[in-house]
Amino acid sequence: MGLLRTKRSVLPGFGLTLGFSVAYLCLLILIPLAGLFVKSASLTAAEFLAAVGSPRALAAYRLSFGASFAAAAANAVFGLVVAWVLVRYRFPGSGALDALVDLPFALPTAVAGITLTTLLAKNGWLGRYLEPFGIPVAYTPLGITIALIFIGLPFVVRTVQPVLQDLEPELEEAAASLGANRFETFRRVLFPTLWPALVTGFALAFARSLGEYGSVVFISGNMPMKTEIAPLLIVTQLEQYEYGAATAIAAVLLVLSFAMLLGINALQRYGTRRFAGAGEEPA
Amino acid sequence: MSIEARSITKSFGTFTALRAVNLEVKEGELVALLGPSGSGKTTLLRIVAGLEFADAGNVLFDGEDATERSARDRRVGFVFQHYALFRHMNVFENVAFGLRVRPRRERPSTREIRERVHELLRLVQLDGMSERLPSQLSGGQRQRVALARALAVRPRVLLLDEPFGALDSRVRKDLRRWLRQLHDELHITSVFVTHDQEEALELADRVVVMNQGRIEQVGTPEQVYHEPATRFVYEFLGDVNIFHERAEDSRHGGIYVRPHAVEITRRPIGDGAVSARVQRVHVAGPTVKVELVTEFGDLVQAEISQEQQRRLALTREDAVYVRPNESRVFSEDYSI
Repeated sequence: MGLLRTKRSVLPGFGLTLGFSVAYLCLLILIPLAGLFVKSASLTAAEFLAAVGSPRALAAYRLSFGASFAAAAANAVFGLVVAWVLVRYRFPGSGALDALVDLPFALPTAVAGITLTTLLAKNGWLGRYLEPFGIPVAYTPLGITIALIFIGLPFVVRTVQPVLQDLEPELEEAAASLGANRFETFRRVLFPTLWPALVTGFALAFARSLGEYGSVVFISGNMPMKTEIAPLLIVTQLEQYEYGAATAIAAVLLVLSFAMLLGINALQRYGTRRFAGAGEEPA
Repeated sequence: MSIEARSITKSFGTFTALRAVNLEVKEGELVALLGPSGSGKTTLLRIVAGLEFADAGNVLFDGEDATERSARDRRVGFVFQHYALFRHMNVFENVAFGLRVRPRRERPSTREIRERVHELLRLVQLDGMSERLPSQLSGGQRQRVALARALAVRPRVLLLDEPFGALDSRVRKDLRRWLRQLHDELHITSVFVTHDQEEALELADRVVVMNQGRIEQVGTPEQVYHEPATRFVYEFLGDVNIFHERAEDSRHGGIYVRPHAVEITRRPIGDGAVSARVQRVHVAGPTVKVELVTEFGDLVQAEISQEQQRRLALTREDAVYVRPNESRVFSEDYSI
């Protein structure tokens, strides 16, 4: 295979950096994950299926993936709007707002969870106004989604922002002078350019939400079958010394996430090609 | 379509870009807005295009007030200095953009779009390139795509913001000549912005010289070059020598002379000749450039023909006499 055939390059050290990267990824990611699979292999096939296929586990996967997907989708839309405002407009406090975006990164997630729960509980500052409309937020999947939106926001904003910054306003002006309305300009000019970054931001927010634990445990109420997320189920199993079952559920979660991220990458490539127009072949 | 701008005023924060500017462009004319950077020429163009809105004043198209109309309703073709091509679309899609975004009722059929785009690509001599992406084109080709894209919507006016500014001088000259030809074929009312006086004088039917948010002079290239209305116009449109014929002249602004109008002689002839010393002689090129210092300390640049140089045989430190052949005097703020 000519995969590793070294070409003469002005940048030296390809072999060295490749070796380092592989070793680094192995040590940090592959070996721990392999351990996970090894441990879950200590179960018999029947035990494994019972652990990962129980109604409680299935409900947890569904909730985890559903809420993460909804949160990432919401972030993709509103994160784009926030990034847009931060890049395109200068107003008093825009710097502070920009810094605020990163707070979900810095804040201990448990603090975020407790804060959101306090706000959104039946007697909380916001929850008390939502309750009369029959919209309970705390201790429902909606509450979980809100916590995950909070956690995932910076990912979308920070991936889209630099791309928006590079987008010259002249492109929009050109589109307008050619007769395009705002929607057409967005659809045909801005969106195709933003698409790869937006999908990356979505994937990051989604992946982060899937693994999120700290903020969700407080707002979810952790009712099995109803508001129990997969990471919590894993911890519950651990606390009951069911190490095999815990790793089995984790392994399933991992495989599903990996498959979804691969799918998202494929979508990104597809979109890039699709929006790049038919004649991309270099002549 | 004719364009009229009436007492347009525009400021950005504390900076006043335009001060009550009036401009008229007649149907089918090719007009250059010429001025140094910061003179307001681009702002004026953008206000006409509807990409910027004036603080005061009106823009009229064919006598009809278009001040409040958005860029998209004005039907102007705008060409940007840095092309502003859609990077993810190939040449064909870029040119087709303006047709594709029309509301369904007015949108031409796919076949009509294809025909129109290829017709335009032939016009800008890029017919074989329709599949390329902008990144695979040279600067001159990109600007021609941008022009084809602007023309696709059959604009009533073509506005070009420093269209050749980002190109190297050779391509710029070719494209300039080609644009003039194109204008003669299409007769579309066009306004272009430039800071290059040669470009403005060579290309335009009329030149509008701007400075510090005001129009200094409007006229044909001959008028602005040979009969500059103000000192600024005189200085901006070509190389200038400021020249004193008597010591007491220094109280006035002096005499303005173009290098080619400086006559050099070995002996004093006639009135107004001033003695000078040759500092440098550049022989290479179509004309001979001579640098001199007069007895009153003025640095003078003169251009003489190769033949004159053969006769005079000027060298460094030669003592000669110089006389302005055609000159102008500007007193403080108005011309005489």
